[in-house]
Amino acid sequence: MDVPLKWLAEYVDWDLSVEELAHRLSMAGAEVESIKRSGGEWDQVVVGRVAAVDQHPNADRLRLATVEFGADEPLQVVCGAPNLAQGQTIAFAQVGAQLVDPNTRELRKLRKGKIRGVTSLGMVCSERELGLSDEHEGILVLDTEAELGTPLADVLGDVVLDIKPTPNRPDHFSVLGIAREVAALTNGAVREPSSSYAESEIPTEQRTSVEIEDAEGCPRYTAIVIDGVEVGPSPQWMQDALSSAGMRPINNIVDVTNYVMLEWGQPLHAFDYEVLREGRIVVRRARPGEHLDLLDGSELKLEPDDLVIADAERAVALAGIMGGAESEISDSTTTILLETANFQESSIRRSRARHTESGTEASRRFEKSLNPELAELAARRAAALIIETAGGAADLGIVDTYPGKRHQPQVVLTQRRLEQILGVQPSVEEVRGVLSALGIPNRWLPPDRYAVSCPPWRSDIAVADDVVEEIGRIVGYDNLPSEPLPGAVPDPDIDPERVLGERIRDVLTSLGLREVITYVAVGEDELTASAAGSGTASVQLQNPMNVARDRMRSSLRPGGLQAFALNQREAHGVLGLYEVGKIFSPRPGNQASEARMALALLGGQAAASIHGDSARPLDFYDAKGVLEQLGAGLGVSFELSVDAEDAALASGQSAKLNVSGKQVGVLGKVSPSVASRFAVDGDVFALELSIGTLAPLMRDEVTVSSPSVYPSAVEDLALIVDTSISAGDLASAISGNGLVESVELFDIYSGDQIPPGSKSLAFRVFYRSPDRTLTDRDVEKARRGIVRRLESQFGAVLRDA
Amino acid sequence: MVDLAALEAEARSSLAQATDDAGLESWRIEWLGRKGRLTGVLRGVRDLPAEERPLIGAGANRLKGLLEEAIAARQRELSASASEGPALDVTLPGRRPPLGSLHPITLTRRMMERTFRDMGFDVVEGPDVELEEYNFDRLRIPAGHPARDMWDTIWVADDGSGGPRQLLRTHTSPMQIRYLERRQPPIRVIVPGTCYRYEATDATHEWMLTQIEGLVIDENLSFAHLKGTLEAFVRRVFGAEIETRFRCDYFPFVEPGAELGVRWQGDWLEVLGCGMVHPEIIADAGLDPERYTGFAFGMGVERVAMLRYGVRDIRHFYRNDVRFLREFDQFRGAG
Repeated sequence: MDVPLKWLAEYVDWDLSVEELAHRLSMAGAEVESIKRSGGEWDQVVVGRVAAVDQHPNADRLRLATVEFGADEPLQVVCGAPNLAQGQTIAFAQVGAQLVDPNTRELRKLRKGKIRGVTSLGMVCSERELGLSDEHEGILVLDTEAELGTPLADVLGDVVLDIKPTPNRPDHFSVLGIAREVAALTNGAVREPSSSYAESEIPTEQRTSVEIEDAEGCPRYTAIVIDGVEVGPSPQWMQDALSSAGMRPINNIVDVTNYVMLEWGQPLHAFDYEVLREGRIVVRRARPGEHLDLLDGSELKLEPDDLVIADAERAVALAGIMGGAESEISDSTTTILLETANFQESSIRRSRARHTESGTEASRRFEKSLNPELAELAARRAAALIIETAGGAADLGIVDTYPGKRHQPQVVLTQRRLEQILGVQPSVEEVRGVLSALGIPNRWLPPDRYAVSCPPWRSDIAVADDVVEEIGRIVGYDNLPSEPLPGAVPDPDIDPERVLGERIRDVLTSLGLREVITYVAVGEDELTASAAGSGTASVQLQNPMNVARDRMRSSLRPGGLQAFALNQREAHGVLGLYEVGKIFSPRPGNQASEARMALALLGGQAAASIHGDSARPLDFYDAKGVLEQLGAGLGVSFELSVDAEDAALASGQSAKLNVSGKQVGVLGKVSPSVASRFAVDGDVFALELSIGTLAPLMRDEVTVSSPSVYPSAVEDLALIVDTSISAGDLASAISGNGLVESVELFDIYSGDQIPPGSKSLAFRVFYRSPDRTLTDRDVEKARRGIVRRLESQFGAVLRDA
Repeated sequence: MVDLAALEAEARSSLAQATDDAGLESWRIEWLGRKGRLTGVLRGVRDLPAEERPLIGAGANRLKGLLEEAIAARQRELSASASEGPALDVTLPGRRPPLGSLHPITLTRRMMERTFRDMGFDVVEGPDVELEEYNFDRLRIPAGHPARDMWDTIWVADDGSGGPRQLLRTHTSPMQIRYLERRQPPIRVIVPGTCYRYEATDATHEWMLTQIEGLVIDENLSFAHLKGTLEAFVRRVFGAEIETRFRCDYFPFVEPGAELGVRWQGDWLEVLGCGMVHPEIIADAGLDPERYTGFAFGMGVERVAMLRYGVRDIRHFYRNDVRFLREFDQFRGAG
């Protein structure tokens, strides 16, 4: 909303700089997004007076003006304007002012200069130099009583505040609404505009009727009929006001409706009464196939849920949005019907979205939910202004069809509540002063409360705390006290899944992986390609940001693989990424379900170095190493069972991950066809965990065992087994012995030295007791037990025993 | 009488002269060898008078142990200095272990969470796919309400099952309602979470964003406590000298409503929306609004990250370019 300050000054006085005024309005809730000045900034341009005119010594066509401008000493400037004369009040630009160059039309900074040997210390400006018009024949002569030295901006042109109202304040879409804010913020009072006019003796009811078929869409409709108007240009002051507020003047009738809309925030519309069939109004939904030619020249095909204003026969306006061309005010109009109505915001919104690009000044206001009480105030004000500017006479009374009239409740506010919410107790005078300046009707009910009601231009005063806000914001939030939180700290609500997710982040980060956060919306083909949820449904979006990504992810894989591919080219060497995030699945008839997942992707090359390390591509066991260290960091031991049976993973290089016999995830090489679908080059290995499944399997209580002070004994065991026997099974069998502290596989061999179909695995076994030094006999006994078990369980043969 | 102390001193000083394996070996032979000086003393013990025997015997045995330790230590010392290795070009690049990282949004979210935890706040999360009822209606934003325009919504498609209307939450505020369903005052909680807006993206707008919601309800809480708490938060995040201001703003679920701004590099920037919890929200939770009051707030994690780290384009965050993520390595542990 553009609020011109000259217009604002019609209703309220203030003694503040423009910046301070804008600041206070913003702080109180009417955010001033920008301060605009018509004609430019005019910095350093002030009101001056031509004290003397002398001939330039070296040029016939130039003269020397001595200009007084409120400074101690007048200044002399060189001037070529033919109309320059002593005694003129003029716009004096001091050195440093930004002026329009009359030739290039660009802004230029005024410098001290010498013209034909005489120093010029400023400029007496033309309209063109000030950016006011193209006029450059002579200087601008001001018609003002303003003191010398007054900034020109205060005399000419206008300052406009661009205000961005919040949705609860449709009154901030009006100059009068802002005036009430200014009054409250400056302890001032608003001068209410006049709404009185003489009425004829013909009752309006005899001239027209208003029938509302859709009371929900139109809670109120008022009509005033004015006869004998003379359509013509509106007065200059009104045209200036409209122009500076960004509206184009049209004619006196239309201009009044726009002026009152900007003044009160209530849209109005004037019909040519003679064009209305039977001179009556019907507010209804459009009929099938109905058309309407609008004022802006467009022809609308109306839909059955469009609310229209119709006469006895056909639609004449799209309610609350735009009038029709046929009933438009023309030069020959003599009788008008003035509509001031209230329309429901959702109905307006629907039709506006359907029929216009960005809405109209009227629809913007109706969409903010106007109070129907406002209609009559604006109707009478407009009638008074029409009669003032276009003549004519209004019929007696107004036709007011008001099916949506509601009881306006009184709000009771106690002193206690004020203090409870604001933390301070404002005085009764202060409270009443603020409310009265805002035009909010109020009474003091001793000993401790106020009775308050909502004024017609607002609808946001419904409960006591609404009034508290009025006091708080006008007093200024920054003037309210500030205190630390008192009282007890509540017990936390621990979410084990959230905690586990954070721990996984920390461990994977410490293992050298980088966290990514990817978009939750994915495409169907991406999901299918990463085969994460083949067959599982996904949560579909009605209006996705990108139609190609029209569903919520049911897997982290598409986002992860895309991030991997994106970074692969720049990553020289190893690339390890992970994400901890949610996946979604629909539950028909219910809220979608969400599950927390973790996905780590690892690939690339362990780089060669100048230190002699040779390059090698990462393989399954690098990924498995990450899994093992993650398990170590989380205190979880993952059991691997061969083949993840996951279509996106290579079957020979993948495994299910189990904890306590329950599957919590998968580990494996992403199958090359999937990787290439996401433009990933080379092998990439995935580690995927369901946090929701894993969290309940985590051990609650953890006891840390103290390191033994006794030395360990180390022995190597080389075993020949059938190739089908897995190293992991052998290692766990070895670990089963009570004296074995740990087992490391350090060599695998298959070849000539051993029988075909078998392999040799060499384990280093660490024996240790927590309570004594082991003797050779202890170790030998333990080893014999282990070997016996391996022989019987796996058919293992001790090699080079 | 043998002077064991003098013998020890002599042995140690001669050991210190040994600088290589040969020197050590000849020392060992001289002192501990079969015909060594200390061996001689030990052998001679049996010839000593009976009253001296135990004393000298034990002392010599102890000294034997000490000298054995001493030669072993000297050996370690010599071998260590011998293996210091050749001089290297220390300016050659090192073998770098990989450096992992938290995403900058995680880094910032955790810093913000930690700040609130320090003030006694609990941390919980809520669903991203939310019911229209919780995202709007129960926050006093019924269908058709002009305030719905404040949030451009991404809706879940109707699956025809007749279930409730769902959407991608536009803010974390629904968790105010959900948390109130299961907890009684005193309430002091923050809710981090991802939110979604049907909004074209540019340098300062993303359709996916991270918010932290806060809710505090207790007896005797006023706007003063809202100010005190949020000012403390902002000081901890942006530095003790930060200038703050509260201006009136509108959110349907608070009254009075406000916006907290900070002066950042000369300009006032909006950091969070806040206000006193609307009495109807408190009453809807089954609490007496005359007795219980409180405040709520919501803020964007991306916004804070952009200010703190000088990120100019919000779209970097979810592009996941490692070159961008790597920039945050310098903040590791600094929060």
